[in-house]
Amino acid sequence: MSAEMNTNLSTGVGAKDLMAYLRSRNLDSILEDYPIAADFLDNFRLEAISRTLPLTRALEEVEEEALAEFGLDSYGLLQEFCMFLENFTRGEEFSGKVSSLTILGGFNKFKEPENVDLTIAVGEVISVVGPTGSGKSRLLGDIECLAQRDTPTGRQILINGAELDEEERFEMGGKLVAQLSQNMNFVMDLTVREFLEMHAKSRLAGNAAEIVGKCFLCANELAGERFTMDTKVTQLSGGQSRALMIADTANMSNSPVILIDEIENAGIDRRQAIELLAKSEKIIFVSTHDPLLALRAEKRIVMKNGGINKVIRTSAAEGKSLVAIEKMDNTLQALRNRLRGGEIITEELLK
Amino acid sequence: MKLVTVAGPPSSGKTSVILRLIECMEQERGSIGVVKFDCLTSFDRISYQEAGIPVQIGFSGKFCPDHYYVSNIEDAVQWGIRSGLEMLITESAGLCNRCSPYINGVLAVCVTDNLSGINTPRKIGPLLRFADIVVITKGDIVSQAEREVFAFNVKQANTSARVIFVNGITGQGTFLLSKYFRQARDFLTLKDLKLRFTTPAAVCSYCTGETRIGEKHQMGMVKKLEFKSL
Repeated sequence: MSAEMNTNLSTGVGAKDLMAYLRSRNLDSILEDYPIAADFLDNFRLEAISRTLPLTRALEEVEEEALAEFGLDSYGLLQEFCMFLENFTRGEEFSGKVSSLTILGGFNKFKEPENVDLTIAVGEVISVVGPTGSGKSRLLGDIECLAQRDTPTGRQILINGAELDEEERFEMGGKLVAQLSQNMNFVMDLTVREFLEMHAKSRLAGNAAEIVGKCFLCANELAGERFTMDTKVTQLSGGQSRALMIADTANMSNSPVILIDEIENAGIDRRQAIELLAKSEKIIFVSTHDPLLALRAEKRIVMKNGGINKVIRTSAAEGKSLVAIEKMDNTLQALRNRLRGGEIITEELLK
Repeated sequence: MKLVTVAGPPSSGKTSVILRLIECMEQERGSIGVVKFDCLTSFDRISYQEAGIPVQIGFSGKFCPDHYYVSNIEDAVQWGIRSGLEMLITESAGLCNRCSPYINGVLAVCVTDNLSGINTPRKIGPLLRFADIVVITKGDIVSQAEREVFAFNVKQANTSARVIFVNGITGQGTFLLSKYFRQARDFLTLKDLKLRFTTPAAVCSYCTGETRIGEKHQMGMVKKLEFKSL
């Protein structure tokens, strides 16, 4: 994409000069410049190779047969190594690159035009409402693949007000959108700390420790019940898991757009969750029928018959009722906490 | 006829991805066919037939699945051309982790899934390393962080691959994938084309049906593991 991305972030070496750089430095110093290179060596079972020599020389110790098992010779391995370093030193941050997203309407399933031209800026929260089968998933799918009037709905998605060419579209595809849904679980057997550290590492962020700490604090603020860094992610409660996923997505995901499919109303502060995500300079779509979340959004997209039926701007009156809804929600929340604490529920509490 | 090779570990969702993809491509019914290479049994014939997709299934049985695939791929292509297909997708299952069925010039797709463990992409070898496109399935049930780390590990193992997340149930993501399938090259024959990676070099007594254990039963190419004393 931009020219600056061809420049190595940690050493300032241009991609073209990587081969020369590899030849002139000991593996030790390369690993210092690029800690991620250790993974590359592991991937090719070269973890035991001499680190006091340049890789070109160190490879002379390696049996041809060992590299051939990977379909490589030593020159091929060097080339792979260059590609690896080039790939993993590119800043893949989108934040700052995406400032707005525009949905240009297509058609619903009766081929009636949607007449929609909706631009959403970062920091905005949009809710999506409508019954099952009304086309919510398809809309979110169109956003995810950056539809260019070539999906069944005929919608077009613009980024920063501009069309994307095929190359940009594929470059962004899959990285544009982060998703959060109720079906999601942690499947790794790691502690919260290990989990966050691993995600931070994959982002190649320099300030990993700081960001891990921030995610952890954030997740604990959102979760009803506290957990520690040493808790296994698979042992977290539903609310704690969701809190950790939300804090992690807000602080660590590269994607400028977040699609949320409901947030359960137990064990997590939903308002705070949405605010946290909005503050993280992202564009947020929440598919929800929870009044607290839907009215927190500036606008809501109403889906019907496979199309966008209308876009409602949250009015001042609706904003006011939000206060009353929050009260009701707080009452419920207090009841839950009392139940959890083994206390008795009285009529007094409902007033 | 366009040709695409799809491979991946068992139960990673190859068949679902292919079914959703063909659906999404909205081609004339029956113009995209599938040849499935499997080992012993497969229940996918029914899924393909129900969707009206011409399908041929081959079982490698006692033969090495990789060798079986290479020995039959040209015949598969000729079957596709004879049947008037516009596109043939070959689906390979049961290949071992050191193999890949990809051919130079033929679009190569590896399907792997988010549930298989975060380091799997770094372990499955040529199946993933030599693919043009890596499709990641089952992303809808793991956290965003795990998806991102998994994709990162895929990129580690195959730096030049395109990574696409596909939901094998809803078909989300197949649209992007179909764009690549449409660009697949046309072939009349694969004669003299080359595999991207060699198949196993082993011709040992076990290849020919030996079942007894012990050095005196081992003949041909044998690789020994070195056990260091503790």
